[in-house]
Amino acid sequence: MMRKLTATVAVAVVIATPALAEESIRVFDAWARATILASRPGAAYVTVESATEDQLLGVATPVAGQVMVQAVEKDGDINRMKHIETLDLPAGERITLAPGGMHLMLMGLQDKLSEGTTLPMTLSFENAGEITVEGSVLGIAAEGPREAAE
Amino acid sequence: MPSTITTQLRRIRVSLWILVAAAVLALGGTFLVRTVGVREPPPVTVGEAAIRSEFSLMDHNGNRVTGADFLGRWQFVFFGFTHCPDVCPTTLAYMANVLDRLGGEIERVAPIFITVDPSRDTPQVMAEYVQAFHPKLIGLTGTEAEVAAAARSFRVYYEKMEEETAPDGYLMAHAGHIYVMTPEGGFEDVFREGDQSAEEMATDVLASMSGKQ
Repeated sequence: MMRKLTATVAVAVVIATPALAEESIRVFDAWARATILASRPGAAYVTVESATEDQLLGVATPVAGQVMVQAVEKDGDINRMKHIETLDLPAGERITLAPGGMHLMLMGLQDKLSEGTTLPMTLSFENAGEITVEGSVLGIAAEGPREAAE
Repeated sequence: MPSTITTQLRRIRVSLWILVAAAVLALGGTFLVRTVGVREPPPVTVGEAAIRSEFSLMDHNGNRVTGADFLGRWQFVFFGFTHCPDVCPTTLAYMANVLDRLGGEIERVAPIFITVDPSRDTPQVMAEYVQAFHPKLIGLTGTEAEVAAAARSFRVYYEKMEEETAPDGYLMAHAGHIYVMTPEGGFEDVFREGDQSAEEMATDVLASMSGKQ
Protein backbone atom coordinates (compact mmCIF):
# COMPACT_ATOMS: atom_id res chain seq x y z
CA MET A 1 0.00 0.00 0.00
CA MET A 2 2.88 2.30 0.88
CA ARG A 3 4.46 1.71 -2.51
CA LYS A 4 1.28 2.65 -4.30
CA LEU A 5 1.05 5.77 -2.21
CA THR A 6 4.68 6.60 -2.92
CA ALA A 7 4.10 6.12 -6.63
CA THR A 8 1.08 8.41 -6.50
CA VAL A 9 3.09 11.06 -4.70
CA ALA A 10 5.86 10.67 -7.26
CA VAL A 11 3.44 11.14 -10.15
CA ALA A 12 2.05 14.23 -8.48
CA VAL A 13 5.55 15.65 -8.15
CA VAL A 14 6.26 15.11 -11.84
CA ILE A 15 3.02 16.75 -12.91
CA ALA A 16 3.90 19.70 -10.73
CA THR A 17 7.33 20.15 -12.33
CA PRO A 18 6.82 20.28 -16.09
CA ALA A 19 10.20 21.97 -16.59
CA LEU A 20 11.89 18.60 -16.11
CA ALA A 21 10.00 17.11 -19.05
CA GLU A 22 12.48 18.61 -21.50
CA GLU A 23 15.16 16.24 -20.26
CA SER A 24 15.08 13.08 -22.32
CA ILE A 25 15.99 10.83 -19.43
CA ARG A 26 15.72 11.22 -15.70
CA VAL A 27 17.36 9.14 -13.00
CA PHE A 28 16.20 9.90 -9.50
CA ASP A 29 15.52 8.47 -6.04
CA ALA A 30 18.88 6.71 -6.06
CA TRP A 31 19.60 4.96 -2.80
CA ALA A 32 21.16 1.89 -1.29
CA ARG A 33 20.42 -0.11 1.80
CA ALA A 34 23.08 -0.18 4.49
CA THR A 35 24.84 -3.53 4.71
CA ILE A 36 25.38 -5.30 8.00
CA LEU A 37 28.30 -7.57 7.32
CA ALA A 38 31.50 -7.07 5.34
CA SER A 39 31.98 -8.85 2.01
CA ARG A 40 28.28 -9.35 1.43
CA PRO A 41 26.49 -8.09 -1.68
CA GLY A 42 24.52 -4.89 -1.21
CA ALA A 43 21.42 -3.61 -2.94
CA ALA A 44 20.81 -0.22 -4.52
CA TYR A 45 17.73 1.20 -6.18
CA VAL A 46 16.92 3.94 -8.68
CA THR A 47 13.95 5.19 -10.61
CA VAL A 48 14.46 5.83 -14.31
CA GLU A 49 12.17 7.50 -16.78
CA SER A 50 13.03 8.12 -20.40
CA ALA A 51 10.98 10.29 -22.74
CA THR A 52 12.13 8.18 -25.67
CA GLU A 53 12.74 4.47 -25.87
CA ASP A 54 16.12 3.56 -24.43
CA GLN A 55 17.98 0.73 -22.71
CA LEU A 56 19.97 0.61 -19.50
CA LEU A 57 23.14 -1.20 -20.45
CA GLY A 58 24.96 -1.19 -17.17
CA VAL A 59 25.65 0.49 -13.86
CA ALA A 60 28.97 1.16 -12.17
CA THR A 61 30.06 2.58 -8.85
CA PRO A 62 33.56 3.04 -7.46
CA VAL A 63 32.55 1.40 -4.17
CA ALA A 64 31.75 -2.00 -5.73
CA GLY A 65 33.57 -4.29 -8.12
CA GLN A 66 30.49 -4.99 -10.17
CA VAL A 67 26.87 -3.94 -10.33
CA MET A 68 24.20 -6.22 -11.74
CA VAL A 69 20.59 -5.47 -12.45
CA GLN A 70 18.61 -8.24 -10.78
CA ALA A 71 14.95 -9.01 -10.96
CA VAL A 72 13.28 -11.18 -8.35
CA GLU A 73 11.18 -13.81 -10.03
CA LYS A 74 8.49 -15.34 -7.91
CA ASP A 75 8.14 -18.91 -9.09
CA GLY A 76 5.30 -20.18 -6.94
CA ASP A 77 6.67 -19.55 -3.48
CA ILE A 78 10.32 -19.50 -4.50
CA ASN A 79 12.25 -16.29 -5.12
CA ARG A 80 14.85 -16.56 -7.84
CA MET A 81 17.08 -13.74 -8.81
CA LYS A 82 17.37 -13.17 -12.51
CA HIS A 83 20.21 -11.19 -14.00
CA ILE A 84 18.92 -8.56 -16.43
CA GLU A 85 21.57 -7.91 -19.09
CA THR A 86 19.86 -4.87 -20.58
CA LEU A 87 16.85 -3.21 -19.07
CA ASP A 88 14.34 -1.95 -21.62
CA LEU A 89 13.01 1.52 -20.95
CA PRO A 90 9.82 2.08 -22.94
CA ALA A 91 9.18 5.72 -23.85
CA GLY A 92 7.59 7.68 -21.05
CA GLU A 93 7.37 4.73 -18.70
CA ARG A 94 8.70 5.00 -15.21
CA ILE A 95 10.79 2.04 -14.07
CA THR A 96 11.25 1.89 -10.31
CA LEU A 97 13.67 -0.47 -8.66
CA ALA A 98 12.54 -1.21 -5.13
CA PRO A 99 13.07 -3.64 -2.23
CA GLY A 100 11.62 -7.08 -2.84
CA GLY A 101 11.72 -6.55 -6.59
CA MET A 102 14.17 -5.34 -9.18
CA HIS A 103 17.38 -4.08 -7.67
CA LEU A 104 21.00 -3.30 -8.40
CA MET A 105 23.16 -5.93 -6.77
CA LEU A 106 26.46 -4.44 -5.66
CA MET A 107 29.12 -7.13 -5.76
CA GLY A 108 32.60 -6.84 -4.34
CA LEU A 109 31.90 -3.94 -2.01
CA GLN A 110 35.15 -2.51 -0.70
CA ASP A 111 33.54 -1.59 2.61
CA LYS A 112 30.22 -2.05 4.27
CA LEU A 113 27.66 0.51 3.14
CA SER A 114 27.07 2.73 6.15
CA GLU A 115 23.86 4.59 6.76
CA GLY A 116 24.20 8.32 6.18
CA THR A 117 26.92 8.06 3.54
CA THR A 118 26.45 8.40 -0.21
CA LEU A 119 27.65 6.51 -3.23
CA PRO A 120 27.95 7.72 -6.83
CA MET A 121 26.35 5.47 -9.44
CA THR A 122 26.94 5.84 -13.16
CA LEU A 123 24.19 4.46 -15.37
CA SER A 124 25.01 3.78 -19.02
CA PHE A 125 22.19 4.09 -21.52
CA GLU A 126 22.11 2.98 -25.14
CA ASN A 127 20.99 6.40 -26.38
CA ALA A 128 21.31 8.86 -23.53
CA GLY A 129 24.90 7.94 -22.68
CA GLU A 130 26.17 8.04 -19.13
CA ILE A 131 24.41 9.67 -16.23
CA THR A 132 25.92 9.79 -12.76
CA VAL A 133 23.73 10.18 -9.71
CA GLU A 134 24.54 10.32 -6.02
CA GLY A 135 22.67 7.73 -3.97
CA SER A 136 22.01 7.94 -0.25
CA VAL A 137 22.75 4.98 1.96
CA LEU A 138 19.65 4.51 4.09
CA GLY A 139 19.06 2.25 7.10
CA ILE A 140 18.50 -1.49 6.78
CA ALA A 141 14.76 -1.10 7.32
CA ALA A 142 14.33 1.68 4.73
CA GLU A 143 11.81 1.17 1.96
CA GLY A 144 12.85 4.18 -0.09
CA PRO A 145 14.15 7.74 0.00
CA ARG A 146 10.74 9.39 -0.17
CA GLU A 147 9.65 7.65 2.97
CA ALA A 148 12.82 8.89 4.68
CA ALA A 149 12.10 12.44 3.61
CA GLU A 150 8.52 12.39 4.87
CA MET B 1 -3.12 -10.57 -3.08
CA PRO B 2 -2.72 -14.04 -1.52
CA SER B 3 0.25 -16.07 -2.66
CA THR B 4 -0.36 -19.46 -4.22
CA ILE B 5 0.78 -21.34 -1.13
CA THR B 6 -1.66 -19.33 0.97
CA THR B 7 -4.42 -20.19 -1.45
CA GLN B 8 -3.45 -23.84 -1.33
CA LEU B 9 -3.35 -23.81 2.43
CA ARG B 10 -6.73 -22.11 2.56
CA ARG B 11 -8.04 -24.90 0.37
CA ILE B 12 -6.56 -27.42 2.76
CA ARG B 13 -8.15 -25.50 5.61
CA VAL B 14 -11.55 -25.68 3.95
CA SER B 15 -11.12 -29.38 3.21
CA LEU B 16 -10.13 -30.09 6.79
CA TRP B 17 -13.14 -28.21 8.07
CA ILE B 18 -15.39 -30.28 5.82
CA LEU B 19 -13.81 -33.43 7.24
CA VAL B 20 -14.26 -32.14 10.78
CA ALA B 21 -17.88 -31.27 10.08
CA ALA B 22 -18.50 -34.73 8.61
CA ALA B 23 -16.87 -36.40 11.61
CA VAL B 24 -18.87 -34.35 14.07
CA LEU B 25 -22.11 -35.13 12.26
CA ALA B 26 -21.23 -38.81 12.22
CA LEU B 27 -20.96 -38.77 16.01
CA GLY B 28 -24.64 -38.06 16.28
CA GLY B 29 -27.00 -35.23 17.13
CA THR B 30 -26.76 -35.45 20.91
CA PHE B 31 -23.04 -35.01 20.95
CA LEU B 32 -23.26 -32.25 18.35
CA VAL B 33 -25.72 -30.24 20.41
CA ARG B 34 -23.63 -30.71 23.53
CA THR B 35 -20.40 -29.67 21.84
CA VAL B 36 -21.76 -26.63 20.09
CA GLY B 37 -23.65 -25.59 23.19
CA VAL B 38 -20.61 -25.67 25.42
CA ARG B 39 -17.86 -24.10 23.35
CA GLU B 40 -16.57 -23.16 19.93
CA PRO B 41 -15.38 -26.03 17.78
CA PRO B 42 -11.68 -26.63 18.30
CA PRO B 43 -9.54 -24.58 15.91
CA VAL B 44 -8.17 -26.64 13.09
CA THR B 45 -4.44 -26.21 12.81
CA VAL B 46 -4.06 -25.76 9.11
CA GLY B 47 -1.74 -28.20 7.45
CA GLU B 48 -0.58 -29.55 10.77
CA ALA B 49 0.22 -32.83 9.14
CA ALA B 50 2.37 -31.08 6.55
CA ILE B 51 4.20 -28.23 8.29
CA ARG B 52 5.80 -28.67 11.68
CA SER B 53 8.32 -26.66 13.64
CA GLU B 54 10.71 -29.55 14.13
CA PHE B 55 14.46 -29.08 13.95
CA SER B 56 17.74 -29.38 15.77
CA LEU B 57 19.99 -26.41 15.04
CA MET B 58 22.58 -24.09 16.56
CA ASP B 59 21.44 -20.66 17.69
CA HIS B 60 23.51 -17.51 17.14
CA ASN B 61 24.99 -17.85 20.62
CA GLY B 62 26.30 -21.30 19.77
CA ASN B 63 23.69 -23.24 21.76
CA ARG B 64 22.02 -26.35 20.41
CA VAL B 65 18.26 -25.75 20.15
CA THR B 66 15.34 -27.83 18.94
CA GLY B 67 11.77 -27.03 18.00
CA ALA B 68 10.77 -28.08 21.52
CA ASP B 69 12.73 -25.16 22.99
CA PHE B 70 10.32 -22.74 21.32
CA LEU B 71 7.09 -24.48 22.31
CA GLY B 72 4.92 -22.25 24.43
CA ARG B 73 5.71 -19.26 22.25
CA TRP B 74 4.34 -18.24 18.89
CA GLN B 75 7.06 -18.57 16.29
CA PHE B 76 7.71 -16.41 13.24
CA VAL B 77 10.03 -18.42 11.03
CA PHE B 78 11.84 -17.16 7.94
CA PHE B 79 14.47 -19.00 5.90
CA GLY B 80 17.13 -16.94 4.11
CA PHE B 81 20.86 -16.27 4.05
CA THR B 82 23.18 -13.39 4.88
CA HIS B 83 24.61 -13.04 1.37
CA CYS B 84 21.10 -12.26 0.11
CA PRO B 85 21.17 -8.62 -1.05
CA ASP B 86 17.50 -7.76 -1.27
CA VAL B 87 14.70 -10.15 -0.30
CA CYS B 88 16.19 -11.29 3.05
CA PRO B 89 17.01 -7.90 4.54
CA THR B 90 13.70 -6.57 3.21
CA THR B 91 11.77 -9.42 4.83
CA LEU B 92 13.71 -9.32 8.11
CA ALA B 93 13.22 -5.55 8.37
CA TYR B 94 9.53 -6.14 7.71
CA MET B 95 9.41 -8.84 10.39
CA ALA B 96 11.11 -6.45 12.84
CA ASN B 97 8.50 -3.83 11.98
CA VAL B 98 5.72 -6.36 12.73
CA LEU B 99 7.38 -7.30 16.04
CA ASP B 100 7.46 -3.64 17.07
CA ARG B 101 3.70 -3.47 16.54
CA LEU B 102 2.88 -6.33 18.91
CA GLY B 103 3.26 -4.34 22.13
CA GLY B 104 3.61 -6.55 25.21
CA GLU B 105 2.57 -9.61 23.19
CA ILE B 106 6.08 -9.68 21.72
CA GLU B 107 7.07 -11.61 24.86
CA ARG B 108 4.96 -14.52 23.58
CA VAL B 109 6.73 -14.57 20.22
CA ALA B 110 9.99 -16.19 19.13
CA PRO B 111 11.09 -14.64 15.81
CA ILE B 112 13.46 -17.04 14.07
CA PHE B 113 15.71 -16.64 11.03
CA ILE B 114 17.07 -19.96 9.72
CA THR B 115 19.90 -19.80 7.21
CA VAL B 116 19.81 -21.98 4.11
CA ASP B 117 23.52 -21.28 3.63
CA PRO B 118 25.03 -22.81 6.78
CA SER B 119 28.54 -23.26 5.38
CA ARG B 120 28.99 -19.48 5.31
CA ASP B 121 26.48 -18.46 7.97
CA THR B 122 28.19 -19.60 11.15
CA PRO B 123 26.73 -18.74 14.58
CA GLN B 124 29.11 -15.75 14.78
CA VAL B 125 27.95 -14.43 11.41
CA MET B 126 24.33 -15.00 12.34
CA ALA B 127 24.79 -13.16 15.66
CA GLU B 128 26.04 -9.99 14.02
CA TYR B 129 23.40 -10.19 11.32
CA VAL B 130 20.25 -10.80 13.37
CA GLN B 131 21.12 -8.21 16.00
CA ALA B 132 21.11 -5.52 13.30
CA PHE B 133 17.42 -6.19 12.68
CA HIS B 134 15.85 -6.79 16.06
CA PRO B 135 17.12 -7.63 19.54
CA LYS B 136 14.59 -10.47 19.79
CA LEU B 137 15.52 -12.08 16.48
CA ILE B 138 17.05 -15.54 16.85
CA GLY B 139 19.43 -16.76 14.15
CA LEU B 140 19.71 -20.51 13.58
CA THR B 141 22.26 -22.46 11.59
CA GLY B 142 23.65 -25.99 11.60
CA THR B 143 25.09 -28.58 9.32
CA GLU B 144 23.83 -28.85 5.74
CA ALA B 145 21.86 -31.94 6.80
CA GLU B 146 20.33 -30.24 9.83
CA VAL B 147 19.25 -27.23 7.80
CA ALA B 148 17.82 -29.49 5.10
CA ALA B 149 15.83 -31.38 7.75
CA ALA B 150 14.52 -28.11 9.22
CA ALA B 151 13.49 -26.90 5.76
CA ARG B 152 11.71 -30.20 5.12
CA SER B 153 9.84 -29.82 8.40
CA PHE B 154 8.54 -26.44 7.21
CA ARG B 155 8.11 -27.67 3.62
CA VAL B 156 10.48 -24.89 2.58
CA TYR B 157 12.29 -25.27 -0.69
CA TYR B 158 15.72 -23.83 -1.39
CA GLU B 159 18.46 -24.44 -3.88
CA LYS B 160 21.94 -23.30 -4.71
CA MET B 161 22.13 -21.20 -7.88
CA GLU B 162 25.44 -20.89 -9.62
CA GLU B 163 26.31 -17.26 -10.26
CA GLU B 164 29.91 -16.79 -11.21
CA THR B 165 30.07 -13.14 -10.17
CA ALA B 166 28.66 -13.83 -6.69
CA PRO B 167 30.97 -14.39 -3.72
CA ASP B 168 32.04 -18.07 -3.77
CA GLY B 169 30.20 -18.43 -7.09
CA TYR B 170 26.67 -18.99 -5.85
CA LEU B 171 23.48 -17.49 -4.52
CA MET B 172 20.59 -19.26 -2.88
CA ALA B 173 17.05 -19.32 -4.25
CA HIS B 174 14.50 -19.77 -1.51
CA ALA B 175 10.92 -19.28 -0.44
CA GLY B 176 10.35 -15.79 0.92
CA HIS B 177 7.64 -16.60 3.42
CA ILE B 178 7.28 -15.90 7.09
CA TYR B 179 5.63 -18.89 8.77
CA VAL B 180 3.59 -18.20 11.86
CA MET B 181 3.57 -21.26 14.10
CA THR B 182 1.43 -21.86 17.17
CA PRO B 183 2.81 -22.37 20.70
CA GLU B 184 2.22 -26.10 20.07
CA GLY B 185 4.51 -26.00 17.04
CA GLY B 186 1.71 -26.32 14.50
CA PHE B 187 1.15 -24.19 11.44
CA GLU B 188 -1.05 -21.13 11.86
CA ASP B 189 -0.51 -18.87 8.86
CA VAL B 190 1.98 -17.69 6.28
CA PHE B 191 2.85 -14.17 5.19
CA ARG B 192 5.03 -12.67 2.52
CA GLU B 193 6.51 -9.21 2.71
CA GLY B 194 4.85 -7.08 0.05
CA ASP B 195 1.51 -8.89 0.28
CA GLN B 196 0.28 -6.80 3.21
CA SER B 197 1.58 -3.98 5.38
CA ALA B 198 3.41 -4.70 8.63
CA GLU B 199 0.41 -3.22 10.43
CA GLU B 200 -1.92 -5.70 8.70
CA MET B 201 0.26 -8.69 9.52
CA ALA B 202 0.55 -7.55 13.15
CA THR B 203 -3.24 -7.21 13.38
CA ASP B 204 -3.75 -10.70 11.92
CA VAL B 205 -1.19 -12.26 14.23
CA LEU B 206 -2.58 -10.51 17.31
CA ALA B 207 -6.04 -11.81 16.40
CA SER B 208 -4.67 -15.36 16.19
CA MET B 209 -2.84 -14.92 19.48
CA SER B 210 -5.86 -13.58 21.34
CA GLY B 211 -7.93 -16.50 20.03
CA LYS B 212 -5.48 -19.00 21.50
CA GLN B 213 -3.95 -18.18 24.83
